[in-house]
Amino acid sequence: MNRPSWRRLLATVAPGAFWLVVFSLLPTLLILYASFLQRGPHGWLSGPLTLVNYARFFGISSSGFDPLYLNILGRSFLLGIVTTVAVVLLGYPFAFFIARSRHKNLLLLLVVLPFWTNFLIRVYAWIVIFQRRGVLNALLTYLHLPTLHLYPSWTAVYVGTIYTYLPFLILPLYASVEKVDWTLLEAAYDLGAGRVRGFWHAIFPQTLPGLVAGVLLVFIPALGTFVISDLLGAGKAILIGNVIQQQFGGSRDWAFGSAAAFVLMALVLLGLWLYARRAGESGMGELL
Amino acid sequence: MSGRRLLTLHGVLVLLFLYLPIAVIVVLSFNASKYGVQWHGFTLKWYAALLGHARIHGYVTNSLIIATSSTLIATVLGTLLALGIHRYRFFGRGGLLFLLYVPVVIPDIVMGVSLLLFFAWAQNYLRALHLGLGTVIVAHVTFQIAYVTLVVKSRLAGLDPSLEEAAADLGATSWRRFWKVTFPLVWPGIAAAALLAFTLSLDDFVITFFTAGPGSTTLPIYIYSSVKRGVTPEVHAVSTLMILVTTMALLGVQRASNRR
Repeated sequence: MNRPSWRRLLATVAPGAFWLVVFSLLPTLLILYASFLQRGPHGWLSGPLTLVNYARFFGISSSGFDPLYLNILGRSFLLGIVTTVAVVLLGYPFAFFIARSRHKNLLLLLVVLPFWTNFLIRVYAWIVIFQRRGVLNALLTYLHLPTLHLYPSWTAVYVGTIYTYLPFLILPLYASVEKVDWTLLEAAYDLGAGRVRGFWHAIFPQTLPGLVAGVLLVFIPALGTFVISDLLGAGKAILIGNVIQQQFGGSRDWAFGSAAAFVLMALVLLGLWLYARRAGESGMGELL
Repeated sequence: MSGRRLLTLHGVLVLLFLYLPIAVIVVLSFNASKYGVQWHGFTLKWYAALLGHARIHGYVTNSLIIATSSTLIATVLGTLLALGIHRYRFFGRGGLLFLLYVPVVIPDIVMGVSLLLFFAWAQNYLRALHLGLGTVIVAHVTFQIAYVTLVVKSRLAGLDPSLEEAAADLGATSWRRFWKVTFPLVWPGIAAAALLAFTLSLDDFVITFFTAGPGSTTLPIYIYSSVKRGVTPEVHAVSTLMILVTTMALLGVQRASNRR
């Protein structure tokens, strides 16, 4: 890497950097600014600067503590955590299944395909499966089992979220599993380790970079989802994403919506900052 | 059961889980029944109905206009960014990388509403950027740039620097060096990045949802509003066609990135 002349630097980096500053950095700063304003007379924002939106979000008011939005945030975290655990349970062995298979490329393609199939179509498909006269109940009736009412429900939201983000874990995890040095496991056996201890000390640490990247790629979007809860919960499953969407849509309180969006972004960036401090530039690269 | 067979059983079950919803949609698109999931025989009438469905044609056109223009802009800007970031060390490089990663990692709803707020603000104070095709294109470029830059950057990182040095030793100017040496080597990476950007744009719902105005409805927006109102079988046919297009694009990306 060398010291560039200004001309070359301007020709390569400047247009893209300008774009990102105007359309990424500036809007983010606007969200932060708007979160300290209030709804004006015509639905637009107006001053003076205030903390009421954050006070409302954290439930602090003159009439006491009301954890409405904190509960919703907690529900989003719960969804994020349960989804991440479920996806790891499903995806971790699957990454090994791909790595040890003779048809690696085919299996990888089979994982990537649903990942690239339009997200709305996949979410909608779960409605078709779970609805009262849907695929699942047709199967249950055929088997002479009692039918289930899973649409709309939190169960449907959880299944939809787990389904949507499963490939996000498998792909980065597979990249780590593929590079595993199996001779370490043999060495562990030679040193007298059992199967569990051998795996835990010789194999698991090698898969950690992919696992951590995958967990972040599942947890962050699951935390912010509004489409899955909107469609599979039919408006009854409210997450932080739904709060933001409602404030920028029907309720039209952009100031409060901005505060909610900023809280979500701050939490995500805090987590990423902690991750980046450990993993560095190459580690951030694993996320993509 | 041995560990190996257990692993295979688990793998097959995961694959079934991954493909069940997709299979449901594809099968329904050929189902003669208009309502419910009972099989009433094979038909192509929903595909035929699509041909006469003028509104859907408009949505497809919008999706394609947005995907094509945003991909062109993002590919040029992203490739240039990747070149600059790869070659030079400069003040603000770390900040620029951070700015690149942010759209990739923050929840897309946050990016959607911040762009909506930005466009509304520009409309209020600058009388520019009214919500429509233009704002959707700008929004798409903003998330595509990151992916393009990162894909091209990783391709550049895999290049042998001695090739450029050899060209320099033989007296090639930096412009010539770029077109005759670097560009042909990076080209497959750029093509893969462009296809990736195109697919991301075609598929995007959340960011389009917040930045689209009247008259810029895309296919995913149409599918969303159909799901909310009640789906007609044409939506299954459209979805199946979209799955087909994505599959083709994906195979294209794989071929482009495998070429060395």
